[in-house]
Amino acid sequence: MNFKHKFVFLFPGLFVLIGILIFPIIFTIRLSLSGWNSYTPEMNFIGITNYIRLFTDDPRFWESFFRLSFLSVTTVILQYVIGFALAMMVWREIKFKRFFRVIFLVPMMTTPVIMTVIWRTFFHESLGPVNDLLGGLGVKPILWLSDPVIAKFTVIIVEVWQWTPFMFLLLLAGLLSLPKEPFLAAAIDGASPFRKFVYVTFPLMAPISIGAIIIRLIEASKIMDTVFVLTSGGPGTATETSSFYIYIKGLREFQMGYAATLSFTYLVIMIISLTIIAKVLTKLMIKE
Amino acid sequence: MSKLYTFLKYFFISFWTVFVVAPFLWAVSTSFKDFQSVNSKVTYIPWLDFEPTLEGWRVLIKSPAKGGVDIVEPYFNSIFVTCTASLISIVLGTLAAYALSRFTFKAGFVRNNDITFFFISQRIMPPIVLSIPFFIFLSTIGLLDSLLGLVVVYIVLLMPIAVWIMVDFFNRVPKELDETALIDGCNPYQAFYKVVLPNSIPGLIVAGMFCIIFGWIDFFFAFILTFTEVQLLPVKVVALNSSITPWWSLSASALVSVAPLIIVAFIVERYLSKGNLSGALK
Repeated sequence: MNFKHKFVFLFPGLFVLIGILIFPIIFTIRLSLSGWNSYTPEMNFIGITNYIRLFTDDPRFWESFFRLSFLSVTTVILQYVIGFALAMMVWREIKFKRFFRVIFLVPMMTTPVIMTVIWRTFFHESLGPVNDLLGGLGVKPILWLSDPVIAKFTVIIVEVWQWTPFMFLLLLAGLLSLPKEPFLAAAIDGASPFRKFVYVTFPLMAPISIGAIIIRLIEASKIMDTVFVLTSGGPGTATETSSFYIYIKGLREFQMGYAATLSFTYLVIMIISLTIIAKVLTKLMIKE
Repeated sequence: MSKLYTFLKYFFISFWTVFVVAPFLWAVSTSFKDFQSVNSKVTYIPWLDFEPTLEGWRVLIKSPAKGGVDIVEPYFNSIFVTCTASLISIVLGTLAAYALSRFTFKAGFVRNNDITFFFISQRIMPPIVLSIPFFIFLSTIGLLDSLLGLVVVYIVLLMPIAVWIMVDFFNRVPKELDETALIDGCNPYQAFYKVVLPNSIPGLIVAGMFCIIFGWIDFFFAFILTFTEVQLLPVKVVALNSSITPWWSLSASALVSVAPLIIVAFIVERYLSKGNLSGALK
């Protein structure tokens, strides 16, 4: 009886999505086999030349990929730890609980690029308040945006500010939905807060934690806006992520064919690595 | 032990609150400054450190010909694109989510979970991978630099979110509800529309909020796929960030752009405290 109806429900959404996506994906694959650039803007066929170039002669892409991995893993770990801590703190009764919950949520509601523009003025090396206040304490001006190492941490700070709220939201929603009985049992046994966390809260939260971490990793792997505005990948290539490198190749240097090769490889690597991470996380956290 | 813990707790909470609020305070203060008070030395408090001026706010509604910024049109563009794409995503996503939650699908090795995963996995797609083909695709069909073109792209961004939240939500709405409706003589569409949907309003609101957030905060697609005809808010604001940055109008426009969604933080908190969100967000 449900046989036909179920398709009426599913197909509009499914086909709209497939319809919008099928062209870009096929096109990207075809484009990656062509030498489309600003001199010869046409869909010729040059076989796997682009792929050979990528795997033998493009350390800049692989460097940008490792940089991306470093940035996204670091930010997500920080977000998880801080987000969990914040969620634990406003989970139970505390003064001004709702005020703090709202405050902790606010950054994720703000547009990352726009806030990054503000952060840029905030971290400005001579006119920004951070170096000014640190200067008041006698600290020498820190090169927040023009030192290759420090610039990475500036990106991390901005990303953590922006997206810890999302982690906080998912974890707090999880905490609030936990059953009461295990906590009562732990209270009757007289468990210390620390033991309660290790043996009751954390294990109960494991599935939610895995979900939250994976969602955040997926989103963090797309990090682009922040880098684009804050440092434009600089100084040099110190904060250049894969997306930004592909953007430069494709839409600034108009090497469309090669950029498509990069995009497709990047997408495949992303899908494989995120699947592996999801599997590993599930194994690690559920066992404990 | 417990005293130390309480102290640390409040210390950490206050520290984080300051960290969250700091850029906003800085932006508010900067928006009232003029060239002099930005570039001479770092100033903080109006009247005390510098003489406040409304210039940064005034240029927001002036037309570019008079040296203004004019963010009014981008503002409405952003609202239009976000709302249209969210609405389409929610409608299509909710229907698909209902199908995936209630009926079984089998096609070769593909099961319900695989279809759900297909929807959600679209979030993995790095925007850059889509942007190059979309750039060429939209210019072929003449939708480059148009609102409609952006709506199409945003549906890809937002529908996965709607499906993700609604599948989960429908899984929690008891099946007996629609079964009773069917026995009472409704056809499946009536059962969905009259019985299931009214019981899913919390889920719909949460899904809607997330679609609006992720639509509103997108920058990259708007940046690549529009130029002069159509401008969205984030692109407009970032365009101010040139070599000689007018920090005051930049701060003012930034504040105006992020203000509407801060209300969403209050709504989300409401749902959270009432316990409705935990169902919709796991």
